[in-house]
Amino acid sequence: MAIDTTPRTVATPAPVTRIPPLAPRTRSIERPSVVATAVLIVGAVYCLFPILWVVMASTKSGGELFSTFTLAPSTHFLDNLTQLSAYRDGLFWRWMLNTALYAGVGGVLSTYVSALSGYVIAKFTFPGKKTVFSILLMGVLVPGVILAIPQYLLFAQFNLTNTYWAVLLPQIISPYGIYLARIYAAASVPNDIIEAARTEGAREMYVFHRIALPMMGPGLVTIFLFQFVAIWNNFMLPYIMLGSDSLFPLTVGLNGLLNQGASTPALYTLVITGALLSVIPLVLIFLVLQRYWRVDLAAGAVKA
Amino acid sequence: MTTLAREDARRSRSARRSRIAVPYLMLAPGIVLFVLFMAAPILYTLVLSFQKTKVSGLGLGSGSRSTVFAGFENYVAALDPDFVASVLRVLLYGLILVPTMLLLALLFALLLDSKRSRATSFSRVAIFLPYAVPAVISSLLWGFLYLPAVSPIYWVLERLGIDAPEILSNQLVIFAIANIALWGGVGFNMIVMYTSLRAVPSDIYEAARIDGATEFQIAMRIKIPIITPALIMTALFSMVATLQVFAEPTTLRPLTNSLSTSWTPLMKVYRDAFTRDDIGSAAASSIVIALATILISFVFLRVVQRRAFGQED
Repeated sequence: MAIDTTPRTVATPAPVTRIPPLAPRTRSIERPSVVATAVLIVGAVYCLFPILWVVMASTKSGGELFSTFTLAPSTHFLDNLTQLSAYRDGLFWRWMLNTALYAGVGGVLSTYVSALSGYVIAKFTFPGKKTVFSILLMGVLVPGVILAIPQYLLFAQFNLTNTYWAVLLPQIISPYGIYLARIYAAASVPNDIIEAARTEGAREMYVFHRIALPMMGPGLVTIFLFQFVAIWNNFMLPYIMLGSDSLFPLTVGLNGLLNQGASTPALYTLVITGALLSVIPLVLIFLVLQRYWRVDLAAGAVKA
Repeated sequence: MTTLAREDARRSRSARRSRIAVPYLMLAPGIVLFVLFMAAPILYTLVLSFQKTKVSGLGLGSGSRSTVFAGFENYVAALDPDFVASVLRVLLYGLILVPTMLLLALLFALLLDSKRSRATSFSRVAIFLPYAVPAVISSLLWGFLYLPAVSPIYWVLERLGIDAPEILSNQLVIFAIANIALWGGVGFNMIVMYTSLRAVPSDIYEAARIDGATEFQIAMRIKIPIITPALIMTALFSMVATLQVFAEPTTLRPLTNSLSTSWTPLMKVYRDAFTRDDIGSAAASSIVIALATILISFVFLRVVQRRAFGQED
């Protein structure tokens, strides 16, 4: 009994004095359920399994991959890493840098444009506001993937395919990001503060940069993460737009490597090591930024 | 009119002008990008979908190829058996994937929210982790796990004396791909639902408990109805994503012969545009897919709105 309650009293010392009348009932409800916990653990194992597999597989030499039990680790991780780095003069690291560039620069620009547009739609009254907003909303329903081929055709008209611009520019506009920014600006930037700044003669862009933007902080991190992940994970747009492999992001590069690997299984270890390395940055970013991540914003997105 | 009054009128006119100009100037980056990278491509595709290239003579030299109005020819050509088959395949794929993914996500979210579950922070992070794995990479990982030669699953089944069917075979490959999408999507949907559950003040549950409701009854009668908006949003986004499936089958193709180049509608569009150089047909198919996506979204929102909020009107 004492052992059971101790961790709780440590975690929430204050309410203890008020709790006693309810305590017996609450305790019976909070009795751990083996079934509930087991279901969650099974889900966690299912989700971790491929990751565990790739960690183990990346330590194996090409021969061991097919000959030893797949979940048994080996000692060739560094060899594989050296081989991968040596592949076509470090092409893999080029892909990694490209991906960071597309997702980092694209994510920041996209967040800025979304914040600015969302703020204006939330805080200004002007003729045509409803029209602008409903056209943008329709954009939410037209997903980027369907636009990829039309965008390619249009970029081809201006000889801009197979450039960094071709992957970067189309992913800056995010109707969903603007939509989220509007909700967040409306909720977190008080009108009287904007009015006060205006009365003191502040310019509109100054008000936005110095007052609104900092207040929208957590919402902006959310928009940035959504967009960063979307660009990092995007496959179709760069797959269509790019021809030279020095411009590829990781997704397109590894897809190509797997395609070659189908005829030369020696490349399999490179693909596997590359897959592992390409997952690490996103996982790190999430662990660092997740406490600022406001998913509830996304959940409220369809208030029917 | 005095000079002062005139001055005032001028100022208020220019103030009104700047009240309109300032917001539009600030919206300019968004509007320009929207027009260039969303509106223009859609309109351009629309134009292309009604055009065809006419070749005169031997088709050599400039001037022998010209673009002519094609009416609905491209649309008729686009709706060929390959396209219809890919659409039916994706519908079946969606029927397998979306309900499974949403029910599992809801189950996990409710369990995470339940006070009787343990190891919740570990499970939450673990189940969410695949969201950070690009579809190409997850297809690659699962692709290897589907290969009998390297898969620990087949290894175990073999030791147990079970003759497991090949998951990458013609009949089963649809499940193989649905599983990849399930793995990548269940955690994100779970987090969205879980976050909306956490936003509900807990005294509502407390009141129900005092009235003697079981945890299961609380979940069914209070929690699920209260997070309906989140359920609608996750369902809508999952359905839209399902229609776009492209990366998973494209990545798996080198590992199996069961995936044709027109396995999904978008793969067929890609093939028409880049392998067959038939831009008109690819444009027409794109328009059909976009319209279908929007139509399905609207119908879905209409239906759930009536079902969920019907009593009010």
